[in-house]
Amino acid sequence: MAEDIVAAAGLRNIWRNALYLMIFMLGAWAWGSGLLPSLFDHWDDIRYLGRQHIELVAISGGLAIVVGVLTGILLTRPRFYRYGEWAIQILNIGATIPTLAVLALSMSVLGIGDTPAIFALFIASLLPIVANTIAGIRAVPPHLLEAARGMGLSSNQILWQVELPNAAFVIYAGIRTALAINVGTAPLAFLIGGGGLGELIFAGISLNEFDTMLAGAIPTALLAVLVDFLMGQVQFWTVPRGVNPLR
Amino acid sequence: MIRLEQVSKTFPGTTVPAVDHVTLEIPEGEICVLLGPSGCGKTTTMKMVNRLIEPSSGQIFIDGKNTAESDPVQLRRSIGYVIQQIGLFPNKTVEDNICLMPDVLGWERAKSRARAAELLDMVAMDPATFLKRYPKELSGGQQQRIGVLRAIAADPPVLLMDEPFGAIDPINREIIQDEFLKMQARIKKTIMFVSHDIDEAVKMADRIAIFNHGRLIQYDTPDKILAQPATNFVSDFVGGDRTLKRLQLLTVKDAMMPDPPRVCAEDTLAKAVALMEENGHRSIVMVGPRGKARGYVELAEARGIKGTVGENHEPLPTTVTPDENLRTAVSTMFRHDRTWLACVDSDGIFKGYVTLRGITHLLSEINRDG
Repeated sequence: MAEDIVAAAGLRNIWRNALYLMIFMLGAWAWGSGLLPSLFDHWDDIRYLGRQHIELVAISGGLAIVVGVLTGILLTRPRFYRYGEWAIQILNIGATIPTLAVLALSMSVLGIGDTPAIFALFIASLLPIVANTIAGIRAVPPHLLEAARGMGLSSNQILWQVELPNAAFVIYAGIRTALAINVGTAPLAFLIGGGGLGELIFAGISLNEFDTMLAGAIPTALLAVLVDFLMGQVQFWTVPRGVNPLR
Repeated sequence: MIRLEQVSKTFPGTTVPAVDHVTLEIPEGEICVLLGPSGCGKTTTMKMVNRLIEPSSGQIFIDGKNTAESDPVQLRRSIGYVIQQIGLFPNKTVEDNICLMPDVLGWERAKSRARAAELLDMVAMDPATFLKRYPKELSGGQQQRIGVLRAIAADPPVLLMDEPFGAIDPINREIIQDEFLKMQARIKKTIMFVSHDIDEAVKMADRIAIFNHGRLIQYDTPDKILAQPATNFVSDFVGGDRTLKRLQLLTVKDAMMPDPPRVCAEDTLAKAVALMEENGHRSIVMVGPRGKARGYVELAEARGIKGTVGENHEPLPTTVTPDENLRTAVSTMFRHDRTWLACVDSDGIFKGYVTLRGITHLLSEINRDG
């Protein structure tokens, strides 16, 4: 489990550096060919759609974190423990559905607009969070729980003082994966009328306007990097040092 | 203090009881070691005391109160608990681990943190160095010490310890056991201690309860268990060398011949020979003016020779103190190829002899008379 996380983090780093390089080369080329200055013509669009985009990500991601962690906790309580296995199986199957298909399904149920977009993004980000919360809490060594119970901690105290802090690193890893999916899928929200920076990207593609496309693509890429960086910082500083492999 | 009355436990889906009508009482301030092979029911018995396992029948009283009548969580808060895997919380610092129960019980922060530092001092770990460390930054022995401190932090009158020193290497185990006994002499908890190691049991216990197949076979002091095993199972379990094990329960004082005859440096050898022959001894200790043991003279060497003891004595190869256990004393004898040793107190004053013959006699005598 831990190795998986470290490996995943390593992979993310490679992608991140590749992204930086790409942005740099793109920027150099864009400036040289006079594209970049024309990007500033789109500044108002970028601001308006960027805010919409961030709203989509924040609302769907925030909801997914709250609902995902709570569901994960619930599925590790003794009462619901036996459903945990089922839940993980279902979530794994769910995770194989392409996010574009989730968007399409969401639209067919909820129509067009930002509600179906938020709902689809929420569903797509929910799975890794629930799965990692369950896995993280289940991985807490049984003797810690025995010691806690034997000394007279209540179930609530055990959850807050033992289970969650010890599972936190794995839960955060799930959240970061989820947000990466979320931010990556958010531009597609345009396709079902959800707005966001996808509007510039898709408009740029269909009109063959390179600068319009970049006006959407570059902020989207920056947002992805920024969100992952922020979550990384939160993870680094809030997981207790004794159980934080990064510290 | 802890009293079990006809306590049984049959786990669901089995017909053979894991614990079968166990009745046992541990007086206040004593260490009772539950001893037996794996699967004998000793751990189950212990876990029924703090209700991690609920008894199928029978009653358990702590301080006269039936445990079945109190809330399990409240009950456990009045009982310290130490397990073999230690179970320190890796997400908490040493300080927060020790303060776990004081915090849960709502102690003032200043008071609980001072308590943590005081407890660390007690096991000779520097508070300034260790309070802010995390468990992963400690050695196994240090972690186990913290595990014990955490259990006694809120000062519960009763402690349950499930093979607490089982995962520690033999050298450190000895040290921690000694440290723990010293601590126990101060804090006087009533302790139920599970072990499968007879040597540990003999060392730690005021009383040993021997379990087999869920039954309590014998409940007695370590010396009685070793001297008079109740059944073949007990004598097999404590081992063929059980009499040797008794050595560490007895002190030099028990086997010592007190105030034996002695000579001074100015006495003549003739007087020394006369004293030895009169008492049937083969050697005699020479003492200084204040009674310090200085050397000895042997009968075979001194007979027929003129002169004073002072001119002809030989230095004592080694001495023992009356408080040392007999195991150490016998080991010292073997090491120096002696059949007797002079006993001196901490000031070097001669107190008496201990002889191999005397020790074997003591062991067989207690064996015979009980």
